[in-house]
Amino acid sequence: MTAAAPDDDGCWLSAAEQARQVKAGARTARALVDGYLARIAADDRDPRRLGAYLHVDADGARARADAIDAAIARGDDPGPLAGVPVALKDVLVTEGVPTTASSKILAGWVPPYDGTAVARLRAAGAIVLGKTSCDEFAMGSANEHAATGPVRNPWDRDRVPGGSSGGSAAAVAAGLCGAALGTDTGGSIRQPASFCGVVGLKPTYGRVSRYGAIAYASSLDQIGPMARTVEDVALLTEIIAGVDPHDATSIDAPAPALRAALDGGARGLRVGLPEEYFAAGVDPEVAAAVERALAILRDAGAETVPVSLPHTRYALAAYYVIAPAEASSNLSRYDGVRFGRRGGDRQASLLDMYRHSRGDGFGAEVKRRIMLGTFALRSGYYDAYYKKAQQVRALIARDFTRAFDDVDVLAAPVAPTAAWRLGAMAHPIDEYRADVLTLACNLAGLPGLSVPCGFTGGGLPVGLQLLGRPLDEATLVRAARVVERGAAIDRRPA
Amino acid sequence: MSDDVLDRWEPVIGLEVHVQLATASKAFSSSAIAFGAPPNSLTDPVVLGLPGALPVFNRRALEHAVRLGLAVGATIRRRSRFARKHYFYPDSPKGYQISQYDEPLCEGGAIELVCGGQRRAVRLTRIHLEEDAGKNTHTAGTTSLVDLNRCGVPLVEVVSEPDVRSAEEAAEYMRALHALVRYLGISEADMEKGQMRCDANVSLRPRGATAYGTRAELKNINSFRFVQKAIEHEILRQARILDGGGTVVQETRLWDGAAGTSQSLRGKEEALDYRYFPDPDLPVLVVDDATIDGLRAGLPELPMARLDRLVALGLALDDARTLMVDRDLGDYFDAALQARGDAALQARGDAALAARGDAAAARSLANWLVGDLLGALNRDGRAVADSPVTPAGLAALVRLVDDDVISGKIAKDVLARAYASGEAPDAIVEREGLRQITDAGAIEALARQIVEANPKQAAQYRGGKDNLLGFFVGQLMKASGGKANPQLASELLRKLLAG
Amino acid sequence: MDALSREDVEQIALLARLALDDDEVERMRVDLAAVLVHMDALAEVDTTGVEPMTHAVPMDLRLRDDVAAPSLPVEVALRGAPEVVDDCFSVPHIIDKSGTAAS
Ligand SMILES: [Mg+2]
Ligand SMILES: [Zn+2]
Repeated sequence: MTAAAPDDDGCWLSAAEQARQVKAGARTARALVDGYLARIAADDRDPRRLGAYLHVDADGARARADAIDAAIARGDDPGPLAGVPVALKDVLVTEGVPTTASSKILAGWVPPYDGTAVARLRAAGAIVLGKTSCDEFAMGSANEHAATGPVRNPWDRDRVPGGSSGGSAAAVAAGLCGAALGTDTGGSIRQPASFCGVVGLKPTYGRVSRYGAIAYASSLDQIGPMARTVEDVALLTEIIAGVDPHDATSIDAPAPALRAALDGGARGLRVGLPEEYFAAGVDPEVAAAVERALAILRDAGAETVPVSLPHTRYALAAYYVIAPAEASSNLSRYDGVRFGRRGGDRQASLLDMYRHSRGDGFGAEVKRRIMLGTFALRSGYYDAYYKKAQQVRALIARDFTRAFDDVDVLAAPVAPTAAWRLGAMAHPIDEYRADVLTLACNLAGLPGLSVPCGFTGGGLPVGLQLLGRPLDEATLVRAARVVERGAAIDRRPA
Repeated sequence: MSDDVLDRWEPVIGLEVHVQLATASKAFSSSAIAFGAPPNSLTDPVVLGLPGALPVFNRRALEHAVRLGLAVGATIRRRSRFARKHYFYPDSPKGYQISQYDEPLCEGGAIELVCGGQRRAVRLTRIHLEEDAGKNTHTAGTTSLVDLNRCGVPLVEVVSEPDVRSAEEAAEYMRALHALVRYLGISEADMEKGQMRCDANVSLRPRGATAYGTRAELKNINSFRFVQKAIEHEILRQARILDGGGTVVQETRLWDGAAGTSQSLRGKEEALDYRYFPDPDLPVLVVDDATIDGLRAGLPELPMARLDRLVALGLALDDARTLMVDRDLGDYFDAALQARGDAALQARGDAALAARGDAAAARSLANWLVGDLLGALNRDGRAVADSPVTPAGLAALVRLVDDDVISGKIAKDVLARAYASGEAPDAIVEREGLRQITDAGAIEALARQIVEANPKQAAQYRGGKDNLLGFFVGQLMKASGGKANPQLASELLRKLLAG
Repeated sequence: MDALSREDVEQIALLARLALDDDEVERMRVDLAAVLVHMDALAEVDTTGVEPMTHAVPMDLRLRDDVAAPSLPVEVALRGAPEVVDDCFSVPHIIDKSGTAAS
C-alpha cells in the first residue's frame, strides 16, 4: 500500500501519510474517522463479516477527531499521529471504553484507566476507533478462541486471520483502521500479521510498557504495532516505546530512532538463516516466498549465512510450560469479586462462587492453560516443570546470543503454513505446534518482525520473520523496508 | 499457669510477627496509606488487582526492612526476590500475595530481650518483605464485606527460630521487637491498629527431651497481653491433651481475645498449595553495599545499647528495661539526665560528674520518672511526649530533692501540681518558698514549742516509748509547713527529749 | 509423566477454582495428558548449573519513590463490582473468620 492510493476517503493511506495530510489540512481527522466508521458498518452488514471489532467507540472517536481538527485549525500540533484512527487489541486497557480480552468473564467491564501504550498513542494525536477481537486472554493462534466468535481472514473469509491479535491484523489488512496495536507472547503479532499480509513488530521485551496490557504470560508479553507499512510500524514503536514508572520491567533505554533507520538499506548486513527454522514441516509455498525475500535482501547487498540454534526443538515445550504457569497466576484475579462476571447462584458458598465465576466465565482454551499452569506450579512439580523450562529458556537465549556474535539479524518463516481454514485445528497441540517458529523469540526477549513478502499460489499472504539483537529494532525495520520495497506488493484483499 | 505443667513440659515457641512499615504509599503502588479511612477509599488499579495493573516496589519500604535487618545483625541479601503466593480469598485481589519465598531479604540475626531479670537472644530465621491483605467484615447475614484500604500496605514478616521457652518470654520478645522498630522509626507498630500482628507456633516436649513435639499455629494475636494469654492457654490446652494420653494435632488455631480461647481453623478448605514462583513482574531486588553502608551509618542508638548504657549508669536492670522498651520514655529520661548534668555542671563546675552522670542522681531521676510521673501519665492515658512536666522541669525538681533543698514529700506535691498546671516545678518551689528550713536554730525553736505543747507524750517518750519520736517529728513538720529538714528535726527533737 | 487420573484433574481444578462438569473433566484429562507428553521433552536437556531465566532481559528491580498519589474515587473503585454493600465488595459468607488470609 502506498501513499499514492487513490481512495478518496483516505482509509488505505499509511498512518504516517494520514497524519501528514491531517496536519497539512489536506484531510480532516473527522473525515478519516467517518470513513472508517462507514467501512466498519458496511462490513458488519456482510453475512460473512470479518468481525474484527468487538467494540467501536464511534462517539468517542468523532469527538476526539473534532478536537484534533480544532487544534489544527488553531495552529497547534496534535502530535506525530495527528488524527490517525487506531484499533486496539481488546487486551489493552482503555479508560471509558469496554475492555474484555474477548472473554465472557470480563463482559461489560469499563476500565477506569488507560494503559501506558494507549495513553502514549492518544498523546501523540491518535484516535481510538475501537477494540479488536482476539483469542480469549490472547491464548491462541487463530483467533478462534474468542467468546464472541472467530474473526475471518480478509484475504479468504473461510480462513483464520491468525492469532491471537487476529482482529487487529484483519482490521489493518481490510482498511478498517489507520494502524493497530497487538500483543505478542509467543507470536501473536507476527503470525496474524503474516496471515493477513500486514507488518507487525514485537519489540524487545521491556521496550514497551506492559502497564495496561491484560497479562497472559508476564515474562513474555509485549505490546507492538501492526500496520500497512514498515514506516508506520517504526513510527508507532517510537511513540509507545520507553521506560514507564508503572512497569518495573520496562527498559530504561533511549527511545529507538527507527524512522531514521528506515532507509539504511541492506548493504553489508549479515543475515543469519537458522537451519532449524527451515527444516521439514515448512510448507513449500511458504518456503518459496521466504526464499524470494532472502533474494531481495541479497540483491540489496546483504549476505546470508547459515546459523544453528540447537535448542530450538525445546522451545515449544518450554513455552507451553512457562506461559500457562504464568497465565494460571495472572488469571487468578478474575474471581467475580471486584469486576466482571460473577457465577454461581446467590446462595452459593464462597468456594462455589469462585468455581462458577471462573468455570463458567472462562472459555475452554483458557481453562486448559490454567489447568496446565496450575499443574506445573504445584509443589513437588515446580522443579521438573517451571524451573526446568526456565533453565531451557536460558539455553535457548544463549543460542541466540551466540548466533548474534556472527550475524546482525536472523531471517526465517513466521509460521510453517499460511492461514488455515476456520476450524481446521482439531486438537490443541496442533495449534500449539503452529507457534513453533515464533515463540523462541519471546523466550529470549528479542525483537521480532513480520513483513509481507509474497503469496501462496492460493493468494494467501506470507510474511518474512526477522529477529534482532535485544533493543536492535532499528536493524529489523531497515531490513524489512528493503523487503517491502523489493516485494512491492500492491494488492488488497478483495 | 500451674507450675506443675511446666515441671513436666517444656514449651517450644516460634513467632512470626508481621510489622507494618511506615510509608506514605503502598508497597507496590502510590495508593495512600491511612488508618480508619472510609471503606475502599484508598485504592488504585494496582491495589484493586485490575486487569493490566503492575506492581512497582517502594524504595522506603526496602530501606526500612534493611534497617531492621542491620539492627538485628541479619545477613542482608544483595540479591533477593519477590515471589507470588497463591490463594483465593476475597481480601487478596490478585489471587496471590506478593511475598518473598526462597530468597528473602534478610537471613539470621537475633532479637535481644530481658526476661525474668535475664538478658536473652532469640535467633531469627529470616525477615522478608510482603504486602498486606485487605479486610473482610463478617455480617450477621449471608455475606461478607471486603474493604481493600489495607491491601498492599508494606509489611515485614519477622520469623524467629523456635527459641522462645515461655509465654512471658514471647511477650517480652514482642516488646523488644516493638521497641526496636519504633527506635528505628520504621513502624508505628500500633498493635491496636493492627500494625504489628503475631502468629505463634507452640509445641510441648517433655522436660529434658530434645526432639520437638507437634506444633499448633496460633493466629490473630493482636496485643502484648494476648501474646502471653494466648500462649499460656495453648500450653495448657496441649498439656491437658498430652497428660490425657492424647496427641496434639498440627493445625492452625484462631485466638479469640474476647473469649480468651482459641478455635481450630481446620476443615475450612482443601490442603493449601501456594504454588510459589518468582514474580515475573518484579526483577531481582538488588541492594548494593553503598546503600547498606549509608543505612547502617544512619541507625540510631538501639534499645539494647540504651539498656547497656543505663545499666552502666547505675540503673537497676528492670528500670533500665522499662526505659528501654518505650523509646519516648527512654528519650525523656536521656533529656532529663542531660538537664540534670548541665545543672550540676553549672552549679559545681564538676565536668566529670556531668559527663559520666552521677549514679545516684540517675537512679533518683529514674525513680521519679518511672514512679510518680509515669504513674500519672498512665493514669490519664497520656503519652510521655505530651507530659506537662518537661524533662528539664523534672530534672530541676529531682535536683532539689537530691540536694535536700526540698523534702521528698514536698517534691511529690510539687510534681502533682506541676503536672496539673504545666508550671515548672522549680518555679513553684521558689514562688511558694517551699525550700526546706535547714537553719538548726529555727528548727530548734520550733522543736521546743512542740515538746512544751505536748508534755504527756514527752513523758511517755522519756518513759521508754521510743516510737513517739515520729509523733514529734510529724508535729514539727506540720508546724513548719513541711519545710523543715526531717533529718535535722528528728536529730534535734531526740536531743531535746533526751535532755 | 504418568497418565493423569480424573482425581488429579479434579484436584487441580479445585486449586484453580474452576468448576468443570463431568465431560469437561474427561476432556481435560485427555488434553492435558497429550500436552504433557510433549513437555517431557524438557527432561532430555542437560541443565546442570544453568541459572533459570526468570526475566527475558537481565535487569535489576527499579524502585519507586514513596510518594502517595490520589486514590480512585470510591464509586469508581466499586463501579465494576457484581455486588456492593456499604461501599464494600460483597461476597458469599466467609466461614473462616480469621479476617485475613495473609500470613
Ligand atoms: Mg508466615
Ligand atoms: Zn506473611
